[in-house]
Amino acid sequence: MEGNLKNHIKVWRAKNDMTQADLAKAIGSSRQAVHAIEKGKYVPSTLLALKIARVFDTSVEKVFQIADDL
Amino acid sequence: MTFIMTTQKQQTIKLAVWTWSWVATLAIATFGPRFIWDDHQLLTVLAILTNLANGVMMIIANRKYFNIMDELQRKIHLESLAITLGLAVVVGLSFSLLDQTNLITFDAEIGFLVGFIGITYLITLFINRSRYL
Repeated sequence: MEGNLKNHIKVWRAKNDMTQADLAKAIGSSRQAVHAIEKGKYVPSTLLALKIARVFDTSVEKVFQIADDL
Repeated sequence: MTFIMTTQKQQTIKLAVWTWSWVATLAIATFGPRFIWDDHQLLTVLAILTNLANGVMMIIANRKYFNIMDELQRKIHLESLAITLGLAVVVGLSFSLLDQTNLITFDAEIGFLVGFIGITYLITLFINRSRYL
């Protein structure tokens, strides 16, 4: 398990009616990577986090948060 | 199939081709002098240079293969490579010491180290993949 970064990717995906594969394609990554990020097993780079936020048309802070802030 | 998957497949095939080509030229350079051209020095030099050139192409193909990976795949491979490098240095030197001090009855050939590196890389890759995926 990596870091203390929580994310709401699953919620945002549901809001946008997207599968992990759809999101992976939109950010130019693999479905496995999206799955690992969603499960908190992998902390994405700043670039990937920004790409994810852009797909959901929101800010990074609304998708990713440090665990202590929650 | 997405563009990334297609490109990854292409790079994997290129890497496999260059790797097999390198292995084949290594075998020719190793056994050719004894079994094919009877220790002809120029042919031996040419065989070694061909093998070296193939090795360089294999490294370039490997670099391209790495560049096409997504960041998680790259992290998995880099972690595996780091562990493999560390173990290869430590185990390789210990193995060499065993040979130098005559604690083993056979010679510590470089082939053993190459085999160890390959197996270690495979195992660490498998472990790291199961950690993240």
